[in-house]
Order: sequence, then structure tokens, then C-alpha cells
Amino acid sequence: MKVSAVITLKKDVLDPQGKVIHETLDGMGFNSVNEVRQGKYFEIDVKENDPKKAKDLVEDMCKKLLANLVIENYKIIETQ
Amino acid sequence: MKSSVITFPGSNCDRDMDVALTKFGFKNKMVWHNDQELPKSDLIVLPGGFSYGDYLRCGSMASKSKIMHSVINFAKSGGLVMGICNGFQILVESGLVPGVLLRNKYLQFICKNIHVKVDNKENTFFKNLDKKVLEFHIAHNEGNYFCTNDQLKEIEDNNQIAIYYCDQNGNTNDQINPNGSIKNIAGILNKEKNVLGMMPHPERMIDQSLSGEDGSIFFKNLLNNIK
Repeated sequence: MKVSAVITLKKDVLDPQGKVIHETLDGMGFNSVNEVRQGKYFEIDVKENDPKKAKDLVEDMCKKLLANLVIENYKIIETQ
Repeated sequence: MKSSVITFPGSNCDRDMDVALTKFGFKNKMVWHNDQELPKSDLIVLPGGFSYGDYLRCGSMASKSKIMHSVINFAKSGGLVMGICNGFQILVESGLVPGVLLRNKYLQFICKNIHVKVDNKENTFFKNLDKKVLEFHIAHNEGNYFCTNDQLKEIEDNNQIAIYYCDQNGNTNDQINPNGSIKNIAGILNKEKNVLGMMPHPERMIDQSLSGEDGSIFFKNLLNNIK
């Protein structure tokens, strides 16, 4: 079963890359952007068919490795 | 005095550290990341480099390697552990020192000599040091020290800030901050003061004809403090 997780920086953490992307978008004429925050996306195929168990497993991975909870939040976005 | 330097895949300052430790009288051993047991040591060093190609987050993979279980146990039982540059990143990822190291504020890899102010001498690493300002070298892309406000209060209350980026006279301010670190923090200790993580490389300052001698001062003092 495939489970996806999105890792994003917490609100108060400076994201210089997001800032530069925002400025570049602005320069390209996309003037309606308020803010850009860059994050990471993981697609994990786990050997587990129960959606709840698969999700819990990936959540555990997020807590222990994929995200650093001092600066990042994680969100399990889909299971299929 | 015995020391061990851990080599991770992608470490590149491990042999420099070996040269430095040996030069000042440590009996040093190199330890592979996949080993489980540490040799008997008075000091463990996690060297600089780009362990695991800095994948995911700098130091995150190395912090889960086999040898790190032994390093964490060694640190928790009071053993001296020092992480330099990527070694500092591994220490924060393993939770041995608080905070994280973010990408440098201006998104540039920084490679230059800098000065650090040593304010905190109540620890084995800097105790009895004569100089208050040392010239070291930094070479990093992710050295922007960050922690939450609660953590900052805690590390300040516990006197855990080891060194600050400063000018050659010891003044710390925003202009001299190379990477955007909170409070100009260049190095930090754990609560018990037996684990030190710092971005600057003392091992690159051990030869007057090549660079400078402030690393020599640091290592000689460290050896004397451990003896």
C-alpha cells in the first residue's frame, strides 16, 4: 500500500529558499503570491494492506526520521 | 589519553582530526560507522564532512547508524563527545544537543576563517583556556543554528552556549554573524556539558605555516583538561 507524507517547515522557521522562489515568481509576473514555503514530499510503498496500520507506520517514520519536529510538521496526505 | 574518530560514508575531515589529535598526544583510533562497539576512549569525535551526501537533512542518516547507539550510551554515561561541523549536525539530529542547523541565511556555502568568543569555561572543552577569542575556520552550507524560544531560554539558563561568532576583538553582532545563527551561536553544549557541537573546525588551525595556531591551543588545552 502506498502512503504519502508531506513535510513542511513550521510557521516561525525562516525559509530562505521559499523566499527566493517567491521573489522569482514575483519577477516573472506572478504578483498575487502572499508567501511560498518549500517542503518535502514522500511516497512510501509499505508492505501493509490495512490502511490504518500503514498510516500509523508512516507516521512513526515521520516522527523518527523523515521530519525533524523542532522545525518541521508532517502530514499524511493520502493512502491508496 | 585515548580518542576515537568515527568515519561515516561521506566524512571528509576524519583524517584531519586524526592528525590533529595525534599531534597533540591523543592515542587515536578510527572507527567505522557500521561497527557496534566503541574502543575504550576518553573522547569521541564526530568529524566534519557530508555524511550520506547530506540526504534528507544534514546528519539525519548518520545519526541513526549502528555506532551511534554506542556513542549515545557513551555520552549519556558522561563520556566526552565532540562533533565538528557535520558532526555537530549529527549531534543535533541524534538529540544529544538541543536545536537544529538550518541552511545558511543567505543560501551560500561559506568557507572562511572566523573568530569565536569563548565565554563559557565551565566545561572540559574550554576550561583553563587563556584566550577569550579564537580564530577557527568554517566551511558549511547548513550552519544556521536555530532552536525554539523555550529551548533558547533553557540553554541560556543552563549556560549551554559554548562559543559565539564574533569579530577579532570579541564583539558579537549581526554584521559578524556568518550564517544567521540565533544569538551568533557557533557551538553548544548539552545540559551536562560533556557533549560539544560546534560548526568551526579547530583541526584546520594546527599549523602556523598553513593556517594558524588557535586550534593547537584548543587541542593542547583539551588534552590537559582530560588528563
